[in-house]
Amino acid sequence: MNYLIRTEKLSKIYPNGTFANKSIDFQVAEGEIHGLVGENGAGKTTLMKMLYGEEQPSAGRILIDEKPVTIASEFEAIKAGIGMVHQHFMLVPSLSAAENLVLGKEPKRTRSRTFDMQEAVRITEELSARYNLPVYARARVADLSVSMRQKLEILKALYRGARILILDEPTAVLTPQETEELFAELKALRQRGKTIIFISHKLKEIFNLCDRVTVMRDGRLIATHQVADVDIHQISNEMVGREVQFEISRPPLQAKSPALVVRDISFVDDFGIAKLKHVSFTLRHNEILGVVGVDGNGQTELVEILTGTEKPLSGSVMANGKEITGRSPGFIRRCGVAHIAEDRITVGTALPATISQNLLADRYWRAQFCAPTGFLKMPAMAAEADRLVKDYDIRCNSPNQPVASLSGGNMQKVVVAREFTAEASILVIAQPTRGVDIGAIEYIHARIMDMRSAGKAILLVSSDLQEVMALSDSLIVMHEGEIVAYFPDASAVTDKELGLYMLGIRRQSDDELRKVLHEHD
Amino acid sequence: MNTIKRFFTDRDSLASLLVTVFAGLFSLLAGIVLIFIVSKNPIQSTRNFLLAPFLRSYNFYYLLIVMVPITFTGLALCIIYQLRYMSMIVDASFYTGAVVATAIGTQLNLPPGIHPAVAMLAAGAVGGLIGLLPAILRIKWRANELVSSLMLNYVFYFFGSFIILYFLRDRSQTILSSVPFKESFRLPRLVENTQLHAGFIIAAVFVVLVSLFLFRTRWGYEIRLTGANQKFAYYAGLPVTSIILYAHFISGFLGGVGGAVEMAGLYRAFIWQMNPSYAWDGVIVAMLARKNPRFVPISALFFAYLRVGADFMSRRGDVAFEFITLLQGLIILILASDRIVNYFKERRLKRQVLSRTGASEGGSR
Repeated sequence: MNYLIRTEKLSKIYPNGTFANKSIDFQVAEGEIHGLVGENGAGKTTLMKMLYGEEQPSAGRILIDEKPVTIASEFEAIKAGIGMVHQHFMLVPSLSAAENLVLGKEPKRTRSRTFDMQEAVRITEELSARYNLPVYARARVADLSVSMRQKLEILKALYRGARILILDEPTAVLTPQETEELFAELKALRQRGKTIIFISHKLKEIFNLCDRVTVMRDGRLIATHQVADVDIHQISNEMVGREVQFEISRPPLQAKSPALVVRDISFVDDFGIAKLKHVSFTLRHNEILGVVGVDGNGQTELVEILTGTEKPLSGSVMANGKEITGRSPGFIRRCGVAHIAEDRITVGTALPATISQNLLADRYWRAQFCAPTGFLKMPAMAAEADRLVKDYDIRCNSPNQPVASLSGGNMQKVVVAREFTAEASILVIAQPTRGVDIGAIEYIHARIMDMRSAGKAILLVSSDLQEVMALSDSLIVMHEGEIVAYFPDASAVTDKELGLYMLGIRRQSDDELRKVLHEHD
Repeated sequence: MNTIKRFFTDRDSLASLLVTVFAGLFSLLAGIVLIFIVSKNPIQSTRNFLLAPFLRSYNFYYLLIVMVPITFTGLALCIIYQLRYMSMIVDASFYTGAVVATAIGTQLNLPPGIHPAVAMLAAGAVGGLIGLLPAILRIKWRANELVSSLMLNYVFYFFGSFIILYFLRDRSQTILSSVPFKESFRLPRLVENTQLHAGFIIAAVFVVLVSLFLFRTRWGYEIRLTGANQKFAYYAGLPVTSIILYAHFISGFLGGVGGAVEMAGLYRAFIWQMNPSYAWDGVIVAMLARKNPRFVPISALFFAYLRVGADFMSRRGDVAFEFITLLQGLIILILASDRIVNYFKERRLKRQVLSRTGASEGGSR
């Protein structure tokens, strides 16, 4: 059989020693939607980067139309008919959609050889109509919704003559409704003869969309199947290499006294954009309150304000009865608030520091570890680090090795170990399993449920909708810096319904929203 | 003992140690090549350069004396570098420390022993306050501390000269000199008929103190953690602003004490016609020590060895003393190019990974 694009024994070793791709034979036929699945770190993105010329293979070769090619750069990839839509969009926010679309291949006026905006808009509108991907050609990209930016990215690739489209986790930033829309559009593209490589780790999507699916694990290609011939169970086992336990046990608990009382918080960022508008809610002990929303609707700023790394414009935050509004992270921690930061690389850990230092960074000053003279009790510190490494199953050679040498999952376990043993009664948890392997996800989820049983009050922010819905007792939905919905019982709501609120299509009445304050309980 | 063992078994530390040794040896070698190019009597000059401390006992003691000021500035910069800051203000702290010590050494009457101790404390305090300035500018207005410290160094140099010139000058001398120090101010000699003074012991004590401070106390822990990732330190609840401030104060304090020790140990009066700029030698000492105060004596010894050799050779032959600045430049160049370490690191990693997967490749097929 002839393939449009295939690789032969393709391998990639990164300079830091990561063996990201091991002898991959990957084959994509013309006119199919080919799913590529695997856990984070399985090597999907690396493989695609090599096809798109962003990384060079360490060994093996790539063939297009059965002819070996070297793709030295993105330019050559585009020339060979390969287009890629990255997870993080490559668009200029201050330019219009049309300008972004033609960037690098601009239409010129015949006489003056200057940029022809009219023509750019015409091209955009024509392409948009032909492929049924609606975008506002004249609007600034900064003003477009995430899903429209994504469509623009796809159009950009098509404008440059792409036959093969690579989409890197395109649904991660979309609501359920937008995802459905995208799938219909991708199927239409297939009918027009385009070939699509669709990267995801959400298996349901693969089954809704793809013709064939390739599974990767640990940098290896495990198998390629006709989607019609397999079921979700088989694929998920191939992805993880063992049976996966997705069920989360949830003993019924009655939420108790208020722990974190947030009233009327507003925040304006450095560019003068209102990121939070009069946010109020109450978090109670024994409760996991999930915060749902499309990324960038104020969740990050909310967490920063609650934990002290950012100061609100107005409003108040009380933790365990103490005013913590605008105080330092150190003060807030001493008031019993622990915090898993969403960015563990730049904030949640100190990469060059040792595992032990990272584990003890919030408690080295306690009498247990530090004499009144200021001298540290090294044996006590070493014992505590050893205990945490063991208790939280952090896979390392020694607590004295730098955190930078750990895998993403183990790095996150270091953060979890520190924050969950911080003698705090309130836990603010942001993106606890982003970029973490499935084994560690199961582990971290179980630990979060333990914390709930232990009576902690937990605020959970995650862009993984399934995760928030599975873990939370109740949910709030954020849209453009506001709370637009509150669901006291998370199990009574569907992801479709949440999607309507996430998009800002629906909004609860003020009376319904007032329930989240729990003022009359 | 354990740390030493760990140091030699850890491949990365070993790699950086090898690069450090390589930097030293290479600079020596380059020095010899240079001598052969410029000197009319290269063999003699090379011998004088390499063996100076062993050819004359004076040179040997001179070597130990040279170590003292650069140990202080080296320690001061270790603290700044542990914090991942770049302030060079220790130069001003050192110079002003010497001026303060001169004022106390010439104007006050105190018993011996107490007199230099008071001078050292006062010089340290003033040096520490000066050390704070670039840190405050950085915290308040995000002014780059390297730039502001370099400029402030001039301010304090001229201010110090002004104090000496207008308030402490000995008008009977033709050259710029302060009035002579009181006898009680001077540090005792360690060896009769040499200039080796008690400042050598004081420097050694400070090496121990700073090592303990950095690796055994909560404040040193805070400095190292803040240096590893300042955002993380703030997030974890450390009082980052005050950490930056006291780290800079202590660094300046060490510089100030160094200036006072130099005055009390080596001189009869303040006679610096220009700024000796020991802070720049301190940069090399701290870098050679990989910002670890425990290695400062070794790197100070090596640097003093270069200095004494170059000095001796230039007085005995036709190679100018300034040739040492060339060697300094070479050392910095090699040490600063982390790429060299990284090259070896990467090559090793690649080999490891390849051999590991090569084996498992066979197993899984």
